[in-house]
Amino acid sequence: MDLTNIYASLPADLVATFSMVLVALVALALVVWDAFRNNAPGIPWAGVVALGVAIVWELFALGDAPGTAWYGMVRTGGFAAFVNIVVLIGALLSIILSVPYLREIRHAHGEVYAIILFATVGMMLLGTANNLVAVFVGLETMSISLYILTGLVREDEGATESALKYFLLGAFSTGFFLYGIALLYGATGTMDLARMSEGLAAGENLVMFWAGVGLLLVGFLFKVSAAPFHMWTPDVYQGAPTTLTAYMSTATKAATFASLILVLYAALPPERWTMVLAVIAVLTMVVGNVLAIAQQNVKRMLAYSSIAHAGYVLVGLAAGTPAGYAGALFYLLVYSIMNIGAFGVMALLEWDGKEGQTQTLNSLAGIGPRKPLLGATMVVFMFALVGFPPLGGFWGKVAVFAPAVEAGLTWLVIVGVLASAVSAYYYLRVLYVFWMRSPEDEPEAAAVQDRVFAVPVTSAAVLIVCVVLLLYFGVRPGGILETTASFFAGPGASMALLP
Amino acid sequence: MLTDFVPLFLMMALALGLALSLLKLHQLLGPKRPNLIKTAAYESGMDPIGTARERYSVKFYLVAMIFIVFDVEVVFLYPWAVSFRDFLAADAGLGVMMVVSFFILVLGIGLLYDIKKGGLEFE
Repeated sequence: MDLTNIYASLPADLVATFSMVLVALVALALVVWDAFRNNAPGIPWAGVVALGVAIVWELFALGDAPGTAWYGMVRTGGFAAFVNIVVLIGALLSIILSVPYLREIRHAHGEVYAIILFATVGMMLLGTANNLVAVFVGLETMSISLYILTGLVREDEGATESALKYFLLGAFSTGFFLYGIALLYGATGTMDLARMSEGLAAGENLVMFWAGVGLLLVGFLFKVSAAPFHMWTPDVYQGAPTTLTAYMSTATKAATFASLILVLYAALPPERWTMVLAVIAVLTMVVGNVLAIAQQNVKRMLAYSSIAHAGYVLVGLAAGTPAGYAGALFYLLVYSIMNIGAFGVMALLEWDGKEGQTQTLNSLAGIGPRKPLLGATMVVFMFALVGFPPLGGFWGKVAVFAPAVEAGLTWLVIVGVLASAVSAYYYLRVLYVFWMRSPEDEPEAAAVQDRVFAVPVTSAAVLIVCVVLLLYFGVRPGGILETTASFFAGPGASMALLP
Repeated sequence: MLTDFVPLFLMMALALGLALSLLKLHQLLGPKRPNLIKTAAYESGMDPIGTARERYSVKFYLVAMIFIVFDVEVVFLYPWAVSFRDFLAADAGLGVMMVVSFFILVLGIGLLYDIKKGGLEFE
């Protein structure tokens, strides 16, 4: 074996994946910091600085041509930069929201922030992986960190139950995923995504190949909580600390969907799986939206709503066209912002970790006039989640639905639009209870009168930033839509993403 | 191509069949003269005391986890050490050394954290 100059590309690789390396190193430094200064108050802010630097770095990389680093393991360039930005923004906002929240529930451990950073590194690897092994390593780094974060409040039975449930089901789905990778490797003889379809053309193991694709899809769809693999989502999202739910419901989905897009786009022949994804999208949208109607707990309702949103993204993926993928990327960005905002408001309306699981919507009657900032920002987030025109959610839905119509999946889009009409009921009911009911109407609301958090400046700033971003995406989506579309365009159309 | 695996499957079936039939044969043919000492649970020659279903301190699991981490580290390091001469010959010794040093550093940080947090203290 020729080993000459195998480390010649090391400096270039370090620069190409600078943000991932930076976040990983800072996470390690935070572990050491926490070991010597238990729960030092500076730990989360060091993480925030690292994430901020990484975001700025990636913003400059948005226009780069696609390429690979680390011997073809990791993808670089515009697509990778965009995915990294979504993941990093999710982590950044969640950490800022978590600081006062975790202090209030008396679980402000320094390790939490290190684990969030480790999960972020996993997501960045997952979202930019160019090789099935890298996909798997990223997926597991992310998942194992999330299992720990879910069970953070270990005295609480609900949290422990959701962590165990997440771990067992997650480990099971990882088994499917790994078996799928093994079959795909057996059928094509390569782990490299870009060479996978060539390998398929050369070989004749079609049954093995499609069995592998199916198992791989099971693993992906579990992680993005698409129906029929969504069962864990409500329990886990309800049991986990609210600000960490905000993180795992947004950044996780963004990274996993990005990886799924890469696999679908680069590795698989497009015409076959459109109908599979369309059927799963219908199931996911219907299950998520219909079950969300019946929820009394807002966190659980938002969990079902996140299932429904996974369905909307799948509509874009089912279209199977570059425009559909670009729309899905844009949707993930908008969805991350609005979901973090909604969970952030709910975190500030709790008074301990347990209450987030048992709190009913009715107990929050009339909270709007008493906490005008939270009430007003919640209006924006709910309308954005419905997909109302002046806000980002509207363009997100347009960006995933329009390519599906062009691809001939009009029936799918009709189901999607009907499903989002259903979603208006439960999103707007939150606003109705917040603003138009008074605590006197609701016996449950009497108990919570004076036990809501004071709103810290940092959390208020995060909520306002989310609102501003949603308004910006709603009024001027053009630039971002063009950016996401440019990742899939260029000479040789479908090969533009490949290095 | 599946026919290539026929000898393998045959061998697996043979091994399984042999193991199961030996177990069954010994049960059928062996003499059985149980007494009190023979039927007692084996506890390294001592008289068995109490139940085996005791609750262990969670510290044991911490130690076990650290052991596994360093066990896996060794799994990585053996092939690395064996092929290090090839790396040296190819003039890649420094880069390889750096990468592996970083790997061990990361594990060392984990151990440092564990010690600092009192994971190895039994009171």
